[in-house]
Amino acid sequence: MAGLIDIFAQGLEMLLVVGLAPLLVGWVRKVKAHVFRRRGPSLLQPYRDLLRLFSKDALLAENASWISRTAPYVVFAAVWVAAALIPTFAAGLVFHWAADLIAIVGLFGLARFALAVAGMDVGTSFGGIGSSREMLLASLAEPAMLMVVFTISLFAGSSQLASIVDFVLAGGIGIRPSLGLALVAVAIVAIAENARIPVDNPATHLELTMVHEAMVFEYSGRHLAMIEAAAAVKLLAWLSLIAAIFLPFGMAPGPHSGFGAMAVGLLAWLAKLAVLATLLGLFEASIAKMRVFRVPEFLGGAFALGVLATVLLFVSRGL
Amino acid sequence: MSDLLLIAVLLVPAVAALSLAFVRDYRTGATLNVTAALLAFAASVALLLGDRPPAGELLIVDDLNTTFVVLNTLVGFTTSVFSASYIGHELDSGRLTPVLLRFYHAMYQVMLGSMSLALLANNLGLLWVGVEVATLTTVVMVGIYRTEPALEAAWKYFILGSVGIALAFFGTVLVYLAAQEVLGEGLPALAWNRVLEVAPRLDPRLLDLAFVFLLVGYGTKAGLVPFHAWLPDAHAEGPTPISAVLSGLLLNVALYALLRFKFLLAGNPEAFAPGPLMILLGLGSLWFSALMLYRRRDIKRFFAYSSIEHMGIASFAFGVAGPLANFAGLLHMAMHSLTKSAIFMAVGHVAQARGTQKIADLGGLVRTHPMLAVGLGAGMVAIAGLPPFGVFTSEFLVLNSAFAAVPSLAIPLAIGLLVALGALLLRFVQILFGEPSAQGEPVQAAVWPLVLHLGLVLIAGVVLPDPLVRWFQHVAALLG
Amino acid sequence: MSGIDIELARLMATLMLVVSFMLLYQDRLAGLINAYALQSGLLALAVAAQAHAQEAPHLYVTALLALVVKGLAIPLALHRIVLRLGVHREIEKVIGVGTTMLFGLAVTMLAVLVVLPVTETAAALTREDLGFALAIVLLGLLTMISRRNAVSQVIGFMSLENGLILAATGARGMPLVVEVSVAFSILIAFIVVGIFLFRIRERFDSVDVHALDRFRGELP
Repeated sequence: MAGLIDIFAQGLEMLLVVGLAPLLVGWVRKVKAHVFRRRGPSLLQPYRDLLRLFSKDALLAENASWISRTAPYVVFAAVWVAAALIPTFAAGLVFHWAADLIAIVGLFGLARFALAVAGMDVGTSFGGIGSSREMLLASLAEPAMLMVVFTISLFAGSSQLASIVDFVLAGGIGIRPSLGLALVAVAIVAIAENARIPVDNPATHLELTMVHEAMVFEYSGRHLAMIEAAAAVKLLAWLSLIAAIFLPFGMAPGPHSGFGAMAVGLLAWLAKLAVLATLLGLFEASIAKMRVFRVPEFLGGAFALGVLATVLLFVSRGL
Repeated sequence: MSDLLLIAVLLVPAVAALSLAFVRDYRTGATLNVTAALLAFAASVALLLGDRPPAGELLIVDDLNTTFVVLNTLVGFTTSVFSASYIGHELDSGRLTPVLLRFYHAMYQVMLGSMSLALLANNLGLLWVGVEVATLTTVVMVGIYRTEPALEAAWKYFILGSVGIALAFFGTVLVYLAAQEVLGEGLPALAWNRVLEVAPRLDPRLLDLAFVFLLVGYGTKAGLVPFHAWLPDAHAEGPTPISAVLSGLLLNVALYALLRFKFLLAGNPEAFAPGPLMILLGLGSLWFSALMLYRRRDIKRFFAYSSIEHMGIASFAFGVAGPLANFAGLLHMAMHSLTKSAIFMAVGHVAQARGTQKIADLGGLVRTHPMLAVGLGAGMVAIAGLPPFGVFTSEFLVLNSAFAAVPSLAIPLAIGLLVALGALLLRFVQILFGEPSAQGEPVQAAVWPLVLHLGLVLIAGVVLPDPLVRWFQHVAALLG
Repeated sequence: MSGIDIELARLMATLMLVVSFMLLYQDRLAGLINAYALQSGLLALAVAAQAHAQEAPHLYVTALLALVVKGLAIPLALHRIVLRLGVHREIEKVIGVGTTMLFGLAVTMLAVLVVLPVTETAAALTREDLGFALAIVLLGLLTMISRRNAVSQVIGFMSLENGLILAATGARGMPLVVEVSVAFSILIAFIVVGIFLFRIRERFDSVDVHALDRFRGELP
């Protein structure tokens, strides 16, 4: 019986992350539209887009190899697994024993790799430029992320997300400057990873500025739908990750903590997502897209903050 | 009585500076300037001869600083006399205006006063304040001509000097932290004599770290290579009386500040010996400036590099340590101070007479200006370290002590000295005996300050007066 | 001595360090001046927290000075100068941003590694303050080195001076702190007025210290 509840809870989480992801994207767009004094598309528009794409034929370039065909599924699978690992409304679900921060970073890395390879597969210049830029960004974002992981795991004594959540929930946190720096760093990395403004613009097709869109230029139909869905899930996963590390409040301690605790956890999670997505929307609306060549500096800032966070940790611990 | 004298040394320049700011006529200003400097000198001599006032928390009079205070006020006085005869020409040639001169005289007194403050300070914070104020006033003075090179020199001096002063302050905070653990919070933990008493109980690691900061900080002020970049520009572009005071006094004060801290380190058996570091900086300065001397074409820059060289020698001597070396270092500081300021006085008149600072255009001085030629020549012989002048004595003692302590160290020192000597002799011949390129104009030079300085250096070289020897020996023994 | 003011002092010191990095990163004069104003404001808060923690009311004077002179007056004056003198808004850098930031990180680590081991006996807050202060001092130095523009060099120096005040207030019961902070404020005002009065631009066309270099040569 216990096993059944475990499986049910995990299954619910996996369905929710996929089910809610387009809504989240729709929410961010709505917030931005509101700031710009527009009505904006309906919150459900991303669902409609996905359905429409799924119902269309997938066209592939003549010289596309198996890489182009499999990449969308690999990307979606990797992102979905990563999302399933991150504690959302409850900690201690079945998969969470594997929820190591480094593993999650690795899964995102795998998704990015698949997409970048697919971008180069057909051999168009757009795909190539997108892949090369994506890899440039990744090579800067990943060290920054690892510095953050380093800080957090030094802080909590483990890189296991579940233990980190426990630690933060249990400890009287007080003012922790190093955690604050890590939060800023992780926010910058999240923006870069999800191809948001100011690093990339998810709504543009202007060739000079795009990164993510350039890679998926050749895709259509269900392939594109998979990639778009993966992008949405990724955004949700990152926001959940930030919420889990820095604001784990209200999260249910485990699948057996009863219906009430689960409900509270679910509501808290939704509220946190809504708040973070609103902040993201406001931030995006208030800032202009950076020139591509400035992006390395932006990400370098994240890296610097990550290193500083680690140094500060040593200072307050007294080496 | 002695308390009053102590206060007089500090108060006279302060009052003089204030009143000079309101004196319109530059001649009156110059006279007042000379009078104030003379008063300060008289007060400091009385301080030297009379009883010592007990050390307070802020000020102290001891063997180390009385001699320096007397030396400082003396050079300050003689330079003010030189300055009085120098500025008239600057006014005529339009390089300075009466308003600027008012400012100049007030700043001159502020500078002298702050250097006396630094020398007489017992509180290490006050020492720092004195050096800082002296630096800032000289920055303003260096830039007073407002020509492009002068502004550049002032800016460079200001930036480097500020950085130096900042690092020195950090070092001072570290010393306070070390002392505070033993002496408790508050003023006593910064009072030098109190800290010295408990020096053996201070945390040696804090002292070590502090000294590194202080060495870089005050070392910048003292013009030690590699922190010397400001020095040649500041000397070359400012008015010559300021160059004289910079070389003769401010460099000494900075090195003196360093010595105060070296006392503390010497008092702590576990702290590291700063000797090797100071020897390294000293030898570096000596070698670098000795080689640079050959390539200078501007006479004031030339002697500025010579100042770096001599600060290097003094630093080397204190690095070697031991009574003899310390004695030699102190004597060298005093001799260099007198000689270099005398040289700058001569150079100032020469440059005015010829209207240029380029060495190539100064040739044949013996034929055009015999009096100045004799003065400058004697100064150059003295600064080159040739007998019978006092610089020879002190350099000889430095070499001797180095040979006694670590013979292998004496060789690079001797080579450096010889290289510098070569450069000086080369220029000596060129300036004094070359073909005169221009006749130049006659100058009204105040010669007696120059004669006084060189006379003192000569006396020190021929017969070292006994009281002086005893003072220096006493201090040298304390320095460890 | 309560806990919250110590936490506050620590937080402010950290933020000052972060602002030091912002100073390194900035490439516009206006941004640089604003970042400096921010750092001074943080310094004021840090010193006020220290005053409360150490029960040293005279430190409030220093805090007030930091806020009024360095947080408001000087930045406003600098903005005016930049506007009036028509200085270039963009700062020419000697070293690239990436390299500078890496240097900055290295310098920060150096500061921490140098200060922490030697201050084992001191209070925790003093140690942290001292470590951060040294880092801020060195970063200010780096800001001065990596820029050619005179105004940004001055800002680098003033940020360095913020670090010094932080160090001095962090050392418990250090005498003369207030006096020194007053002296520094005067010095800074002096410099700012100096830039204005000397009108470096008038003589050099741009406040770019690099342009002064050609006067240094020994040759005519």
